[in-house]
Formats: sequence, structure tokens, C-alpha cells
Amino acid sequence: MQKTILAKTGNEAMALAMKQINPDVVAAYPITPATEIVQIFSQYVADGEVKTEFVAVESEHSAMSACIGSCAAGARTMTGTSSQGLALMYEMIYIAAGLRLPIVMADVNRALAAPINIHCDHSDTMGCRDAGWIHIFSENAQEAYDSMIQAMRIAEHRDVRLPVMVTTDGFIISHGMERIDTLPDAEVQSFIGKYDPMMHLLDIKKPYTVGAINLTDYYFEHRRAMVDAQNNALKVIKEVGAEFGKKFDTNYGLIEKYQLDDAELAIVALGSTCGTAKVVIDKLRKQGVKAGLLKIRVFRPFPAEEIARALENIQTVAVLDRSDSIGGFGGPVFTEVRSALYGSAKKPRIAGVIYGLGGREIDMEQIEGLFMDLKAGQVKADSVSYLGVRD
Amino acid sequence: MSELKKYKELALGGNIEKSGTAVDFKTGDWRSSRPVYHPENCIQCLFCWVYCPDSAVILKDGQVTGFNLDHCKGCGICAHECPGKKKVKAIVMEEEVK
Amino acid sequence: MANLKELAARGDKFTGGHRACAGCGATIVARQALLAAGDKPVVATCATGCLEVVSTIFPYTAWDVPFIHSAFENSAATISGVEAAYKSLKRQGTVKEDIRFMAFGGDGGTYDIGLQALSGAMERGHNMLYICYDNQAYMNTGIQRSSATPKGSATTTSPNGKKIPGKVQFRKNLTEIIAAHGIPYVAQSVVGNWSDFTKKVEKALAKGGPAFIAVLQPCRLGWGYPPELTAEMGRLAVDTNFWPLYEVEDGKYKINYTPKERKPITEWLFQQERFRHLKRPENQAILEEIQKDIDLRWENLGKKCSQ
Repeated sequence: MQKTILAKTGNEAMALAMKQINPDVVAAYPITPATEIVQIFSQYVADGEVKTEFVAVESEHSAMSACIGSCAAGARTMTGTSSQGLALMYEMIYIAAGLRLPIVMADVNRALAAPINIHCDHSDTMGCRDAGWIHIFSENAQEAYDSMIQAMRIAEHRDVRLPVMVTTDGFIISHGMERIDTLPDAEVQSFIGKYDPMMHLLDIKKPYTVGAINLTDYYFEHRRAMVDAQNNALKVIKEVGAEFGKKFDTNYGLIEKYQLDDAELAIVALGSTCGTAKVVIDKLRKQGVKAGLLKIRVFRPFPAEEIARALENIQTVAVLDRSDSIGGFGGPVFTEVRSALYGSAKKPRIAGVIYGLGGREIDMEQIEGLFMDLKAGQVKADSVSYLGVRD
Repeated sequence: MSELKKYKELALGGNIEKSGTAVDFKTGDWRSSRPVYHPENCIQCLFCWVYCPDSAVILKDGQVTGFNLDHCKGCGICAHECPGKKKVKAIVMEEEVK
Repeated sequence: MANLKELAARGDKFTGGHRACAGCGATIVARQALLAAGDKPVVATCATGCLEVVSTIFPYTAWDVPFIHSAFENSAATISGVEAAYKSLKRQGTVKEDIRFMAFGGDGGTYDIGLQALSGAMERGHNMLYICYDNQAYMNTGIQRSSATPKGSATTTSPNGKKIPGKVQFRKNLTEIIAAHGIPYVAQSVVGNWSDFTKKVEKALAKGGPAFIAVLQPCRLGWGYPPELTAEMGRLAVDTNFWPLYEVEDGKYKINYTPKERKPITEWLFQQERFRHLKRPENQAILEEIQKDIDLRWENLGKKCSQ
């Protein structure tokens, strides 16, 4: 199968994936740094390159509301947003998942106000980590492109039926030009297959009610069913990732281990920071330092068992969070990773590191410094520290 | 009330898979007064039917024949809207006797 | 327009067994609207609020048409998504039938929290009919003021107190705001005039494109009157010119009903608990202001019709 190599920014790559998925409906509202996704897609619509009905809504709240209506009506539905836009959607994010609608959303990670800031951190998507969506983080534009295509399959899988957000890091990936391998349209179409909504509102011979009120007698049961769907997704994401690998040569799982199996020191990270960390690890390995990386690609469902297995034999681990749970005990990645290790017989020394808020740069020197601190035992176990802030 | 289902037995997303299932729910015991139909005074104007908030006026072949007392809440709109025949109402509200 | 025999022959698409108060006007709106839609299939949505809550308590639904509720402020946005899906799937040939789309919302979900979504949907030109069942306060949460609440009305957030006698402000004229969108069809109707409402629903659906009908919906609980008077209270609001029945079709205004003799507003106000305090002599000035406002609005409407 012939792949085409193109120079694309993360936003362009995601828009291209959307074009190749060719959804029935897109409802979206522009927001920095995700605006281009909507713009580029609008051009596809204007040029008749997609069959999509594009709804240029008046807010992100209405974007997700329209996506919910559209998806319940049996249409393959996509959207894109970021930060404040995702925050404005928040109410509908929960509803999309609760109604079990397989909407796929591109989210470009950006800090949440205040102070207002347009640059990358993970506060926006982490803020809705409990909503029932599947969260896939991308290390680079290639992964963003590949994950968008896989996301459609994962969301629509009968054992899952949950919405999926695929994220990139604002500006770092969204606006950074990369060389990416792209697939032919027909291959994408054959991979995602035809959408079977099972039930939908336009099937007028089978009228039914979506979004009924539940009292104390049924709400808990409906929420409980979502947990099963998330658990099923652990398997489905791996299956879809493996099939993608078989067809297109790049395998995807829930996590990625980089130089981790024999590592003594490790960091855990999400998104673009993983790319930087890999370069640092290569350098340290040459110096004889047993450094490694655990990249979490899928944060929801949280692959607790795989993470515990990957980390339990490592001496010292630093968990990097690009968002903070202010007033909590560290960022969300730290608290969950640490919790996942609680049942392990051998536990690493583990610390949380909050970094990169509001787009604050994290460079190779800082990551190398962090490994050196881990090595020197200068990172206090079970502590949370802040990297790169002026204090 | 039907037996409560377990979570695995429920339709996806809290959907109610059939439409109009509320007909199985009885609201008749809310009533403190009930409509009583006097067909001899009825001109079949259907005002009672069109204004009933509970779809509780029973029609047969387009003619009023009585009330669905499983649903009727006794609001009395039907009796109030009834023009009757020669100003004698075809629907009269009477106190509900339990 | 369908007469009552024809409507009856269609059969109800909104069933009994819902949990609305006895004498509820909102369920009359839903029922009559779906009857008026005729034999053409309809997909409906409803904003969170009285109508939605009483009609879809799991596992019971009063809707005998495909129905979706998602949230409070977004029924216009939700139905625009459904309609967009329809356009797309119809174009692709996977949906064959001609389907119509109807959104319901109370005055809370329409005048206030859902105004933006409604405005957006109207501007985008979706093929949909939005019906506002306007009972002039947030009834579902226990009778709080809305921007549709009339001046002088006591609600739980604009109570009649020692210093302030009910709501101070006049209500917002939403029908005119929607008319300003320049959409094909905008109208006001009322619970209590089934033929006016049926005609308007039929017309709105037949025209295609976005349409809006504001229906004044008496609420026996929030307004404070005996339940049997629901339709009567609607008609009285029309006969006092408080709620003119009119339509704006392709920009052209038309009053659909002119009372033979305009009744004084007190005839309507004094039948309702929420205005009871206005009977006191010290509130006489408020009554005069209300009457003046009604007459002015009617006069302005008349001018628009003669333009």
C-alpha cells in the first residue's frame, strides 16, 4: 500500500484525517489554536471534497449540542475545539458520553483561563477526564493523524459506543510542521468501515426517546454501564491499534514503553514531551544511565494494569503532569499512576512533577536535569514539585 | 411499576426503546374530582378532546364516548370548555369518591 | 386547515400518563402541535424544563414520535444537529422520507438561557419549527422570574415584598427579536385557541426553513388560578390585548384576531394569584403603567401591520 509523505502541521494532519473519514456532519466553532482544523475543513466542504453537512454554530456549547443531535440521528459526526471552547462544552461533553454517542473530536490542548493564555497545557482535556470520553494523546502530528482514523473505529465499536477525543499539544504539534505518512482515501474508508448507528432518530418507523430523565431508580445503572464500556475500550483500542499496525505498519497500544524494560530511572509523560524525552534518554543511555520513558497514549480508559506492570520494577519514577489539580495531591497523571502502583509488590520511589503550564517551554536540558536529580536521589518520593516556574 | 432492571439489561445510553410508553403509567389516582359524561347534552364539538392535557377523552369513530380514568387527573378543563346543548353541559365534574 | 374531526382521526402523538400537573397548559401545546403536524413524520426535541421532565421519566415517555432531549439551553442547537444529519443522509440517499423537525422550550429555555442557541439556529436557516411554551416564569424549578415574566408579577425570585411589589421590569418581546432575524415565519399563539395554533403550526411547517411560534401558556400553579381555567386564561390574555395573536410571514405583519372590545387588563390580572397584590390602592400606579404598556405595544403592532 502506497503511503504519501506530506509536510503537515498537526492541525492540517487532523483536518486531513477528517476529510478522509468524510463524516456526515461536522459542527464546530473556531478557537485558537484549533481554528485551522475548522477552517481547512470548511474549505473541503466549500470545494465539494467531502459529503459532510457542515454546521457553523454560534458557540462550542451549540457545537457539541448539534453533534449530539446529529449523532443520535444516525450521522457519523465530528468536531474540533480547544481550551475555553471545551470548557464551554463541558455540560454537553458529559451528555454526549452518557447518551453513548460515538462522536469523534479533535482537541488541541491549551491552558484554561485565568489568566487567559493560548498556549499548551493539558488543563482543558484533564478537566473533563471523568466525563466518560475516551482520551487519546498524540506525541506528534503523525500520531494525531493515525489516532483520528482509529478513533472512529473505537468510538463506533459495539462494545464501546463512547465519544473519543484525540488531542494534540497546542502550537507545539498543532502549528509545528512535520513530515507525515498519509494513507489513500480508500484505505481510510475501508479501515473505518460503514457506520451502523443501531438505532437513530430518523428511523421514523421505530420512534424512541433519547435523553429521558432518570430518577433515583435508574441513573446509577446507566452510569454503571458506561464503566463497562470504558473497560471494553481497553481491549478494543488495542485491537484497533494492532489492526492499524498490520495494515499500515505502525502499531498503537494504550501505552508506549521507551527504553523502559531495564530502566532504573523513568519518567511518565503524555503528548509532545515524550518526543523530547526520547532524545534525552538516547543521550543518557550512551552515557550509561539507565533512563526510560513510559508514554501514556490513552488516558481514558486509564490502563492501570499495564502501567503498573511497566513501572513496578523501576527504582525511581517521576510523573510529569502538564496540568495541575490545584489543591489536590499532584496532577491527575501522578495521582492515578501512583494509585495504579499501590497493589504492586515492588513499588518504585515515585514523585510528581508539574511542568509546562500555559505553554512554558520544557527543553532537553530540563528533562536531563530531572533524570540527574532522580539519579542523585534528590527527588523526594511521594512529593510534588514544580519544574520551570520562577520561585 | 415494572420490576427494576439490572444495568446490563438496559438499552444503550438510557434510551427508552419504545415510544409512548407513558400510557402504561396511571395518573388517575391524582384526581379529586372526575368528569361525568352526559351524552344527551353532547354536540360532539370535540373541544373537551382537543384541550385535554392528558389525552384522556376517549373517541370512537371521531365521537366522544367517555374518559380514560387511568390518565384523567380531574383538572376540569373539559367540563369548563364544554358548550353543551342549550347551555346544559355534557360534562360535569363530580367529587371523586374513593 | 385541519378541523377537529380530521385532527382526531390522526390520533395522538403525545400520550397521557405523563406527570404534568392537572390542567397543565404545556402538555396541551405539545399535544396540539404534534396533532397539527399531521401525517408527516416529525422528530421532536425539548429543552430541559417542565414539559421534558413530566413527559420522559424513565422508562415512561409520552412522546410517540422520535424524541431527543439533551439539555436546557440548547434545544435549538440539538435539533439543528438532527436536521443537519437529515440533510446529509437524505442527500446520500440513506434516508428517504420527508421529515420535519420541531423543538420545544419554555420561556426559561427560550427567552433566557437558550436565546443564543435559538438565534444561531434561526440565522443558519435550519428547516425547523421552534415552539416556545411561554408560561412567563421558570415553573420547573418553582416559579422564578424570567425575562418573560410580566411587570408586577410575583414569583419566588421577584416576590411581593414590603418594599418591592413583584417584578419591577416589563417583559422582553422575544417574538419581535426572532422576527428581526428575517426568517420565513414567526407567530404568536395561545393555549385556548386551538384553531389559531393548529393553523400556525401547519403554516410554519409548510413554509419550510426556520419558523418560530411563541405560545402563551397559562400555568395554573405559577399563575394561581383554578385548573379548569387554563384555556380560558389564555383567551382572556388575548382579549385584553396582553398577548396579541399575530404572525410575521416573509416579513409581513398580520394581526390574526382583534377583540371586539379590548378588555381592561385587570380582568386578566385579578384572576391570578401572582398579581393579587396589585389590587391594593398603593399599587394603582403599577396597574396604570401595565395598561399603558399593553396599549402602546398593541398600537405599535398595528403600525407594523399597516406598513
